[in-house]
Amino acid sequence: MQIYLPIAEMSVNVFLILGMGGGVGFLSGLFGVGGGFLMTPLLILTGIPPAIAVATGANQIVAASVSGVFAHWRRGNVDLKMGLVLLGGGILGSVFGVWLFSHLRSIGQIDVVITLSYVLFLGTIGLLMFIESVRAAIRTRRHIRRKQHMHLWIHGLPLKMRFRRSRLYISVLPPIMIGFLVGLLGAIMGVGGGFIMVPAMIYLLGMPTTMVIGTSLFQIIFVMANVTVLQAVQNQAVDIVLALILLIGAVIGAQFGARAGAKMPGDQLRVLLALVVLLVCGKLAYDLVATPADLYSLWVRG
Amino acid sequence: MRLSPVIAGCLLLILAALPVSAADEPDDLVVDLSEHDVSVTVDFAGADLVLFGATEGVGDVIVEVRGPIRSEAVRRKERIAGIWLNRDSMVFHRVPAFYALASSRPLKDIVSDDALATLQIGVNNLWLIPDHTAEESEIAEFRAALVRNKQAVGLFPAEPDEVKFRGDRLFRADIHFPANVMVGPYEIKVHLVESGKVVRSTRTPLTLSRVGFEAGIYRLAHRWSLAYGILAIVVAVMAGWLANLFFRSKA
Repeated sequence: MQIYLPIAEMSVNVFLILGMGGGVGFLSGLFGVGGGFLMTPLLILTGIPPAIAVATGANQIVAASVSGVFAHWRRGNVDLKMGLVLLGGGILGSVFGVWLFSHLRSIGQIDVVITLSYVLFLGTIGLLMFIESVRAAIRTRRHIRRKQHMHLWIHGLPLKMRFRRSRLYISVLPPIMIGFLVGLLGAIMGVGGGFIMVPAMIYLLGMPTTMVIGTSLFQIIFVMANVTVLQAVQNQAVDIVLALILLIGAVIGAQFGARAGAKMPGDQLRVLLALVVLLVCGKLAYDLVATPADLYSLWVRG
Repeated sequence: MRLSPVIAGCLLLILAALPVSAADEPDDLVVDLSEHDVSVTVDFAGADLVLFGATEGVGDVIVEVRGPIRSEAVRRKERIAGIWLNRDSMVFHRVPAFYALASSRPLKDIVSDDALATLQIGVNNLWLIPDHTAEESEIAEFRAALVRNKQAVGLFPAEPDEVKFRGDRLFRADIHFPANVMVGPYEIKVHLVESGKVVRSTRTPLTLSRVGFEAGIYRLAHRWSLAYGILAIVVAVMAGWLANLFFRSKA
């Protein structure tokens, strides 16, 4: 069954899009990740214009994060104050990101910047995850201890603030910078940025692991909502119909994924996720360097 | 979108009767379309129209379909540090977003290449205006790339369709619009050719427009983009909340 997407101005197969949403939802349920970093490249690979894939992805992430944040909120695992500080940086980052996006689009370089960003981030993260999870799988028995409080240069910065929930007394500058970076990535890549935010909160800010996911989801909702509005106003690139179909698939897929994940050992899961990430990265990297079928392309100012 | 054979037959009959009833006018070429307004709806998967016509005397018929005229940019990639990047570009003005041809016999048998060029019939003869001056060969290369890219996505169908004659005077042509056509004003030109010369041309308009839900979404997104953005968020938040409610009650 074909459906005509009003903003992308193209006809797509509903079941293909539902299936993609379901597949990404399944993986996100299985691995407990947002899945935006897989959704956007998949949409691009099916022929949705990159600009629309990114902006629509942002809209879809709002929904996914809302449905995820409730459980964490009920358990009190959201540090509101930290969330708001991160959000401050996130809003700045996403405003700058959407502006950059429009500019790159007008000079014809947006597609390559999106693809390049994906290759860079997926490559780095996939590789790190792969090495880490293989190591962990090899020495399953050995116990590794992580230092509780690391003292980095970060802790010498001014403008300190107390975050009671996270039991931290740190400068607001690092969270604002992290928020800014993630907001920027959200605007350009259509990702929630959990894969950067979560490690940064644990290793750079030293937040307790229990607080990290809820707080990250909380701020992602608002940052991606901001990206959605800005993309809608500045680039008219948000396709509600596409977002809704993806959403339905993703919600159902995530439930099956979570169930399947409960039956699989964690280390093997992480190796698998690392492989999926590297696979997507490899395909995108190949497209960047492989000689295109036609060196010329058409572009119509919307 | 397709007309039933019965209605098609009736239209043919009416058209056959036309030259008789209007004998005073020199109507040696009369055409009409099965539809002048095509709606692009949520389930739009392309459209098929039927063009009917009648001619006085014997001759060949060429049908041109062209749609929304606009400017399009052609960009050329270059390999820089191993990566293919868009570098040079050329904007062409007066590019039809869609251009298709149909003819009663192969074009080259009907009329000479020179005549086609003069009349600007066929994708290679369209009058496209580059936005800046460049070497002739450079412009030709960009122009060829534009045509090639359009053909690849079916917007400049490479093979002309067939105009079928019923007897000497009545003809019909099936016109197909793919799902990726632009909405906007279209024009259909019909040329009557006798012994290598175009003796009569006539044109008929056609409009593709968004209707219903489809049109509402598009208009909202482009005219009230702030409201549209907020609506997108409200929909997303509601959907996320519903998903949470639904699966929590099940768990």
